[in-house]
Amino acid sequence: MAEHDDVREPVLIAEGASAPAGLPKGLRRVPRGVDEFATEHLIVNMGPQHPSTHGVLHVLLELDGEEVVAAEASLGYLHRGLEKLSEHRRYHQIGTLLDRADYLSGVHTELAFARALESMMEIEVPARARWLRSLLCEITRLSSHLVWMGTFGMDIGAMAPFLYILRDRDAVLDVLEEITGARMMFNYVRPGGVLYDITPKAEQMMLEFLDRFESTYLPEYHDLLTGNEIFRARVRDIGVIDRDTAVAFGLTGACLRGSGVAWDVRKERPYAAYGELDFDIPSGSKGDCWDRYMVRMEEIRVAGGLARDLLDGMPEGPYMAKVPKVLRPPEGEAYASVESPRGELGVHVVSDGSDKPTRMRLRPPSYFNLAVIDEILPGHMIADVVAVIGSIDIVLGEIDR
Amino acid sequence: MALDRLTGENSVVFTRSEQLLDLARRHSLWYLMFGIACCAIEMMHAGGPKYDFDRFGIFHRGSPRQSDVMIVAGTVNKKMAVSLKTLYEQMPEPKWVLAMGACACTGGPFRDYPNVILGVDEIVPVDVYIPGCPPRPEALQNGFLELQKAIKRRAEERVDAGRGEDRG
Ligand code: SF4
Repeated sequence: MAEHDDVREPVLIAEGASAPAGLPKGLRRVPRGVDEFATEHLIVNMGPQHPSTHGVLHVLLELDGEEVVAAEASLGYLHRGLEKLSEHRRYHQIGTLLDRADYLSGVHTELAFARALESMMEIEVPARARWLRSLLCEITRLSSHLVWMGTFGMDIGAMAPFLYILRDRDAVLDVLEEITGARMMFNYVRPGGVLYDITPKAEQMMLEFLDRFESTYLPEYHDLLTGNEIFRARVRDIGVIDRDTAVAFGLTGACLRGSGVAWDVRKERPYAAYGELDFDIPSGSKGDCWDRYMVRMEEIRVAGGLARDLLDGMPEGPYMAKVPKVLRPPEGEAYASVESPRGELGVHVVSDGSDKPTRMRLRPPSYFNLAVIDEILPGHMIADVVAVIGSIDIVLGEIDR
Repeated sequence: MALDRLTGENSVVFTRSEQLLDLARRHSLWYLMFGIACCAIEMMHAGGPKYDFDRFGIFHRGSPRQSDVMIVAGTVNKKMAVSLKTLYEQMPEPKWVLAMGACACTGGPFRDYPNVILGVDEIVPVDVYIPGCPPRPEALQNGFLELQKAIKRRAEERVDAGRGEDRG
């Protein structure tokens, strides 16, 4: 806020006149109504404890009445040194930490890391392992989007969808537990393959879940939220990110696709089994909260279909390549990225030939997506702030790392 | 105590007001909706339809001024510690704290990092520690049952102590 600290008094500028340099963006607008009654700006802290900030996000809002003049996110409430700690762990131990970065879909971070190592050590991953990886990615994408949908609805005032998604997510977690042995922190994707093969029971459970999901759950969500008049009124034309802004800010994932750019790592740089699969990339046109909502809802459907395809076409064979017990990648560096539910998630590993990385860096998608709020929040009413932040879908674990 | 005998038309019950209040308190433990990290997702599931904490009178509130219990669900670092303390001070007495997960108990997988607080008991008094990374909702449920026992035990201790004073 340093930049705005000195501007406590409202500055009135006549219509059409240009603002003096150095004034924050919002102040350049002509205050509405009678000039003499212009009010002082109020700075409100939203967070770090706020039911709608999805964790410990802290947003400083400068308000003119009920209108946001400037917004700035204050980060670091969950900084726990993931990258630094990784430099003191063996390669096999890092997966445990990475699960806790994006805790809604740990598999994606593990996969990006495993792929970076595999490209450095030139490990050939067996076909079955690649398909299992894609399968896990799609189920976690589904479950992560469910959480997003529930919390987004709750931000806007719809409590019921949240309870529905918890019911369904518990069913997904049961399947995940059957496959990986854990509900959240899987550590399932290892360099060279995956930890366990899928059992017939898990396969059965997953098919049953997908049947129920497609026939009952998904239509229920659309009844509850998509068709809800109040919800529509609250998200349409709110938080518009146009195509150029989206590209300029480096947005990825549904935030970018909602603005009409159908860009997806799964298509652009296929990994795991995605090169052999046929699927669509849903995209919006306008870039408002509604478009982002629709893109994610479509992605949930696509993820369900993909999981079915992956189960059908699962090749036979080993699920783990032969890898040494202690991983020592040769000197060099590698970057690998995957499409996490929030966007392009990349891992950059630098190795000096020892059993620990010299440097490991994450490219967390929600960090870049969050940056856009400074740009789009000014001009919105305070009640829309939660809708905009909710529609971006952030996970503080990967933002602060 | 057979409840049906107590609820007859002309029944009169004598009890310590303290004990009666604690009976009410331990069956309506409203917790502060305050998720810090990964454990918060399991805390969320605990309130969901499968585990349904509502049936124990355990429900979430958005504001610290309306809550009795703080579940510290996640890693607390130095920046967060200040806010955590403020939130705790805003809660009305009597209040309890559950440390959920390895991070809140000891610093967990991140305890080697200098920025991370090695257990929230350095900042606020903790009543129940729940191990796990993350603890399952069942474990959180067990934590709440332990908390209920602790509240009951403490009420009895207070009453016992009070009885001695009365006679003297
Ligand atoms: S105990 Fe484990 S799951 Fe819980 S906040 Fe810490 S790292 Fe996350």
